[in-house]
Amino acid sequence: MVAPSGAAQTIGRMQRGVLLDRLFRVATRFFAGMVLVVIIAIMVSLLIGAWPAIQKFGAGFLWSTEWNPVTNQFGAAVAIFGTLATSVLAMIIGIPVSFGIALFITELSPRWLKRPIGIAVELLAAIPSIIYGMWGLFVFAPLFADHAQPWLTDHLGDWPVIGNLFQGPPMGIGMFTAGLILAIMVIPFMTAVMRDVFEIVPPVLKESAYGLGATTWEVVRHVVLPYTKVGVVGGVMLGLGRALGETMAVTFVIGNAHSISSSLFMPGNTISSTLANEFTEAVGQMYTSSLIALGLILFFITFLVLALAKLMLLRLTAREGQRT
Amino acid sequence: MFDLYTRRRFINGFNLTVSVLATIFGLFWLVWLLWTLVRQGLPWINLDVLTQPTPPPGSAGGLANAIVGSLMMTAMGTFIGTPMGILAGTYLSEFGRGSKMAPVVRFVNDILLSAPSIILGVFIYEVVVVSMGHFSGWAGALALALIVLPVVVRTTEDMLRLVPDTLREAAAALGAPQWKVIIMIVYRAARAGILTGVMLAVARISGETAPLLFTALNNQFWSSTLNEPIANLPVVIFQFAMSPYDDWQHLAWAGALLITFSILFLNILARVLLRTRKPSY
Repeated sequence: MVAPSGAAQTIGRMQRGVLLDRLFRVATRFFAGMVLVVIIAIMVSLLIGAWPAIQKFGAGFLWSTEWNPVTNQFGAAVAIFGTLATSVLAMIIGIPVSFGIALFITELSPRWLKRPIGIAVELLAAIPSIIYGMWGLFVFAPLFADHAQPWLTDHLGDWPVIGNLFQGPPMGIGMFTAGLILAIMVIPFMTAVMRDVFEIVPPVLKESAYGLGATTWEVVRHVVLPYTKVGVVGGVMLGLGRALGETMAVTFVIGNAHSISSSLFMPGNTISSTLANEFTEAVGQMYTSSLIALGLILFFITFLVLALAKLMLLRLTAREGQRT
Repeated sequence: MFDLYTRRRFINGFNLTVSVLATIFGLFWLVWLLWTLVRQGLPWINLDVLTQPTPPPGSAGGLANAIVGSLMMTAMGTFIGTPMGILAGTYLSEFGRGSKMAPVVRFVNDILLSAPSIILGVFIYEVVVVSMGHFSGWAGALALALIVLPVVVRTTEDMLRLVPDTLREAAAALGAPQWKVIIMIVYRAARAGILTGVMLAVARISGETAPLLFTALNNQFWSSTLNEPIANLPVVIFQFAMSPYDDWQHLAWAGALLITFSILFLNILARVLLRTRKPSY
């Protein structure tokens, strides 16, 4: 036996490298494929579960406000309305606040304060949904009902168009409380993304603008935002996705009433809170199937929102001539 | 009157003030929430909470079985979801560039990331619970793994992409095969970020209630196997908080305090550890 020459050793090592390369590539590809398998499996299983309800109620399920387990008549309109209304409310409150916090952390805060505030906002995200719910129901709602709600009804209740939104008995719980708590819950997610993308703006770009005499706001408005808008939209998308499907906090404070009301102070229902409340107690195939159909609708709404956001992102990047 | 300069300064000042107010607004809720937890939960924290199982209404007890159940399911969910997520994220960042599959996976992963956790619960209910014929801790752990997966995929890809290509090229130029480049160079450079992603995922599933409602269900008694319904902190808190019994409500607040501060502690600990290990660049 002759000891393998240096060249043979090198070739052997290279061959092993190629083999391991292929193995590693196949493994990563397999698990990337798993992601696709999971989403398809979710869709298929929801469709199968919802099929009896779809067959019985047809498209009318979408706009029927009926929800009666006794007569086995079900419709999704109330829950869909509640889901959309609370999420929109959460976005109206949450987007400006998140942007403000991200702006403060990246541009205004003194260096020593950046980390603590960043961590504090992230901790807001770490608090479980159920804690928000307990706090909302037992602490926030009573205070809100006693102090804020009567004032809002007195002062805004008579306004021509929006007045109706603020009518109703001061119960504390309802659509508005749910929307506000959702906003607080999604703020850290949107802030984190915005902050991260603001921070990747090359300092040279900002310094050039400052050098031209721009104010901090102008730098943000004309340099940071254009550079990062893709990321900002991504962050908002993330927040909206979470708001739409958020379950426990909403279940605590929305009031769980199967009714649509023009007032933000009235109780309502969302798809997720209906599922959380009724799924384990649902008796009979049609009841369960209708609940799964609700889940299917929620899944499609989230799907739609995300697809739209993605398309927007693609258009934005295409216009800028960047590669994704 | 307002010349351009004054106007610009005014707009600047106004917007920046609003930004500061927004920050105060955000932190205000955090302080209020934590204060509520301490005030409502602290009086009921005692050794029994950690050592006694959940009681029937009206008698003394603790949350020990729920805590153990939660730990088991969280650990198992993370254990299943993390390796899958890291490998899938690696594909997206390292091998998938220019492939047709990568954009689809990325798109789908974003949807899975935002998919309501209660939907995952319904899915696991249909696939696992119905076919097994009973609720179980495994079903709960799988539901949690489905939440971990997209979080880890996303952060892994993001973090790997932050590693400059010149690093990869330098390693490749020295003759390292791609798997070695990825594991020894790219992973190492992105380690802090990936770990943060995993921690975020763990923090998120530790408090998740919705996907456990109809997978792990709940169990009033000790169960140390994942093969049957298992008590878990979030669902117990939900049940107890909504109950009319004072004892149960007190336990719910104690549990809420416990779960929140454990998660916050983990978060802060991770950041401190990361900070000391991370090179200063």
